[in-house]
Amino acid sequence: MENIIEVKNLVKKFGDFTAVDDVSFNVKKSEIFAFLGPNGAGKTTTIKMLTTLLASTSGEILLDGKNPAHDQNGVRSTFGIVFQDPSLDDELTAIENMEFHAVLYKVPKEVRKSRIEELMNFVELWDRRNDLVKEFSGGMKRRLEIARGLLHHPKIFFLDEPTSGLDPQTRNHVWSYLENLNKTEGITVFFTTHYIEEADKAAQQVAIMDHGKIVAQGTPDELKKQTGEATLEGAFIKLTGIDLRKDSASGADHMRAHAKAWGRR
Amino acid sequence: MSTIYILWLRQLKRYFRSKARMIGSAGQPLLFLVALGFGFGPIFQKAGGGDYMQFLAPGVIAMGILFTAMFMGIEIIWDKQFGFLKETLVAPVSRFSIVLGRTLGGATVALLQGIIVFLLALLIGFRPDYHLFLVALVFMVLIALLFTGIGTAIASVVDDMQGFPLIMNFLVMPTFFLSGALFPLQGLPTIITDIARANPLSYGIDGLRGAFGGALQFGYGLDIAVLGIAAFAILGLGAYLFSKIEI
Repeated sequence: MENIIEVKNLVKKFGDFTAVDDVSFNVKKSEIFAFLGPNGAGKTTTIKMLTTLLASTSGEILLDGKNPAHDQNGVRSTFGIVFQDPSLDDELTAIENMEFHAVLYKVPKEVRKSRIEELMNFVELWDRRNDLVKEFSGGMKRRLEIARGLLHHPKIFFLDEPTSGLDPQTRNHVWSYLENLNKTEGITVFFTTHYIEEADKAAQQVAIMDHGKIVAQGTPDELKKQTGEATLEGAFIKLTGIDLRKDSASGADHMRAHAKAWGRR
Repeated sequence: MSTIYILWLRQLKRYFRSKARMIGSAGQPLLFLVALGFGFGPIFQKAGGGDYMQFLAPGVIAMGILFTAMFMGIEIIWDKQFGFLKETLVAPVSRFSIVLGRTLGGATVALLQGIIVFLLALLIGFRPDYHLFLVALVFMVLIALLFTGIGTAIASVVDDMQGFPLIMNFLVMPTFFLSGALFPLQGLPTIITDIARANPLSYGIDGLRGAFGGALQFGYGLDIAVLGIAAFAILGLGAYLFSKIEI
């Protein structure tokens, strides 16, 4: 099967610090690919480079044959993304957020309405379409972001910790959407998570990143065999060690604390 | 085009939905009009300056625009970490159309806020000359564009809100106080006059005051030229810096 994502010798340096250190991996078309690692391993930085938010220091990326260094807009139309932090406009209604996305991605007017209705039904939010997003729970926001990310029929769907902070019911729901989508549409799903059992259940391929490098890659069963552990979580701990990570608080963390304290605007 | 329009529309929708912000940001100009307008009115009159309310109102209208415009630009800092900016930055559209839509939307909101302050001033006793109302509107638009652009440029290079008080106290407040908004720029210490002359807002307020029937100091030609050039230069800079944002 052909590779839809190819990453070769990818490096990202911030000053002296090497966040992503010579990383190479491939993702096959229609695969569910889990990208795991402790905090600060370089996962989010890698995703930012894959999705044109950050330029790489060196190395090569191909998404569906397109290189983000030369063809940003070409790359951008091939993927949909759900970010770690919510990226909806709270002051707009659910359907306005969807319409905004449709305009940005030039979804043709004729299909816009029907597609929005279909996707909002899919994540069970059609009845709440005219409510402001700020009235939504965390789980509802996530579902809306998933629907929004799919609106332009992307070939690849990136999800950066899509289930963090959600209750088990909602997590289960989110995964049933994603697996369903992968089966029926053949969409490639690339996700990160700290719930290793999610990767064990859903992913066909797993890559584990630590200190900027890929330390292991394979199917969940291969990784379990390689480490002699019964669960993927066991394999993960064995590969990345039990030490807690010194994850220095970034600007985003400060802002997150601030946002919690003040409510979002 | 549709990208610019939808981003512009978003800013307006957000504005009309947050009534609290609309009222809140009219409060400060209102306080200035009432406290300073009535408080210093008699002294101004005695000193031979004429009716202080007529002098002050254009300055306070400009203040309403200045504060709102800066805030609309600075808002990008917030959006950078949470929210919406990422959604727009990964979309297959040019950064230039994103920043243009946002800036036009922000400037429109600032203009509306200026018009609200204008109406409040009328209630309090401001009696402008309406002959050149369109000229006044042009100055209001230019002030709105200039300062939304400055806010955008700053927000593109600053990463968190910690710097916000710094920007307010060392940029926005001095820009307002040292612009001829509150007092005539004649007979002042040279240093104050020099600062005011280097401040683009001074030209905006001068033009606005002139168009509303007050005395002009620099003349419309110079006012429009300085403000227009400054606005376009800063919008260009803002657009460039915005296009370089990495999150």
